[in-house]
Amino acid sequence: MDTGEFVQYMVSGVTMGSVYAIVALGFTIIYSVTGIINFAQGEFVMLGGMTMYVMLDSFGLPLAGGLFLALVIVTMVGMALEIVAVRPARNASVISLIIITIGASILIRGVAGQLWGKEARPLPPFTGEHSLHFLGASILPQTLWVLGVTLLVMLVLHLFFNRTMLGKALRACSSNRRASALMGINARTMSTISFGLSALLGGLGGVLVAPMTMTSYDVGVMLGLKGFVGAAMGGFTSQLGAVLGGMGLGIFEALSAGYISSAYKDAIALSVLFAVLFVRVGLVPREGSATA
Amino acid sequence: MRRALLWQRLSLLWFGAIVAFICLIPFIANPYYLSLGVIIGIQTLLTLGLCLLMGYTGQVSLGHAAFYGMGAFISAIATRTYDWNPWLAMFVAMMATGGIAYVVGLPIFRLRGNYLAMATLAFGVIIYILLRELHQYTGGPSGLSAIPDLTVRGFAFDNDFRYYYLVWAFALGALFLSQNIVRSRVGRALRSVHGNEAAAQSLGVDVARVKVSVFVLSAMYASLAGSLYAHYVTFVSPQPFEFMFSVRLVVMVVIGGLASVWGSIFGTASITLLSDQLHRFGELDTIVFGGMLMLVMIFMPSGLTLGVRELWEQGRARLERGVRLWARASSS
Repeated sequence: MDTGEFVQYMVSGVTMGSVYAIVALGFTIIYSVTGIINFAQGEFVMLGGMTMYVMLDSFGLPLAGGLFLALVIVTMVGMALEIVAVRPARNASVISLIIITIGASILIRGVAGQLWGKEARPLPPFTGEHSLHFLGASILPQTLWVLGVTLLVMLVLHLFFNRTMLGKALRACSSNRRASALMGINARTMSTISFGLSALLGGLGGVLVAPMTMTSYDVGVMLGLKGFVGAAMGGFTSQLGAVLGGMGLGIFEALSAGYISSAYKDAIALSVLFAVLFVRVGLVPREGSATA
Repeated sequence: MRRALLWQRLSLLWFGAIVAFICLIPFIANPYYLSLGVIIGIQTLLTLGLCLLMGYTGQVSLGHAAFYGMGAFISAIATRTYDWNPWLAMFVAMMATGGIAYVVGLPIFRLRGNYLAMATLAFGVIIYILLRELHQYTGGPSGLSAIPDLTVRGFAFDNDFRYYYLVWAFALGALFLSQNIVRSRVGRALRSVHGNEAAAQSLGVDVARVKVSVFVLSAMYASLAGSLYAHYVTFVSPQPFEFMFSVRLVVMVVIGGLASVWGSIFGTASITLLSDQLHRFGELDTIVFGGMLMLVMIFMPSGLTLGVRELWEQGRARLERGVRLWARASSS
């Protein structure tokens, strides 16, 4: 086995894995605060990349300004989704909430396709195009940005959920809604904030990945699905699990694309979900799990 | 008691009228709408299965296009490449698709939580990739053409008029079968699961197994629809079996009403005709369908037809109460 080649696959795996990890974190945050699996999560990723493209290309903003505005817009879309579509259906069954978020997802995609066209859009890397060399692999500066931002996101989230009042309120809400309401925490506001936060994360993932893979109105399905697989690998409520799951999926995908087949890499990555489901059925005792 | 009997007779009359209307369409419709009628019949099989799944297990499949595609491609490959008898191929496709649905569904329904939607979405994407990449069997993106017609003892279903009756015979057959299932012992188990899962389980209903069975049945309906589609258009490519088609099926069920067997005809027909109209204005259907899904599920969680009926009944109850009050007031 060629080391340079292997390192190259690992690098691209960790890079994509970081993006999946950020998307997976978004799933986990909404799920733990509201118990909803948000099927529009992938569209936040798409919106991040596409609004950033529009900011730079149509409005000629500088990179930092475009990035900031793109993230603000995606966060607002996330909060609006919660207020307009999820809150009115507060006591709805799980299937209703799933269908509502699917409806939101294809609505957002349809509007994006109409507004910005269906071509794939390139985004410039944050800094420099010259690749660095490391152990026989070449690394794009964007890779370092992705890794750096992911580490920063994890650190900030950790501090947010453990050191700030708002973060602790969100955690309280996810462990016991009613008890936290008795302590004066407004569960509705927390739900809106969780959507905003996870839209912010999704948008960030989209902004980071776009310079490497291009972006278009329909990238949301695949990125959302892979983030979900990462979250499922991590058990859906643990943030560390989501990060590790996303990373693991990215590495597995890159290795299978390199050594098995690049045509089937998405199919192989998604089949991990079935492996996870089978393993979890095996691990959970039958009696407890039969009431799925 | 007498009221129930009357209701049964009325509904029989109602079903008779629907069936008669369906049978008459080929004599009224122009060729274009006749071909849409064939497509509606084929897709009714798909929405029927999905409607049972969504209405009775409380879960939704986002990968039904994959089961549909499996039926279509198994039929196409078996009859065109290996010269099988089409009816045999159709049967084998149903068995194979049902088997795969069983394997996919078994772990999902044993788990707590809502994994079915995402798992079927992932499954759909995987099958689509396979259809596109396995060139030597599926023809890749350009697909397979020259699929033979269906025949019975030399009688070929080779025009829209004949095919229409064939497709609707299958669709109505599946409708009656489903309705009988819903009313049988299995159906009572299904409804008990729907009503209170813990109570159903305590009475000995194997909840997970009942749910998997519905999932398998719906996959088999989808496969049958796929085979009928392949022999109808005599050409298959991966493109119609994409994720968006699975979403469109969910829209049809949401419009027809979850757990409403007859509503599935209405949902399928209205969405097919609507998207036929929308195509004149460019690709607006994703936006319209997305909005419809959100609005209907927020305001009428049991689907449009059932939701409207509930609203109507509420309104009628309110009216009756008003009339009673008014009568009492005026008599005193």
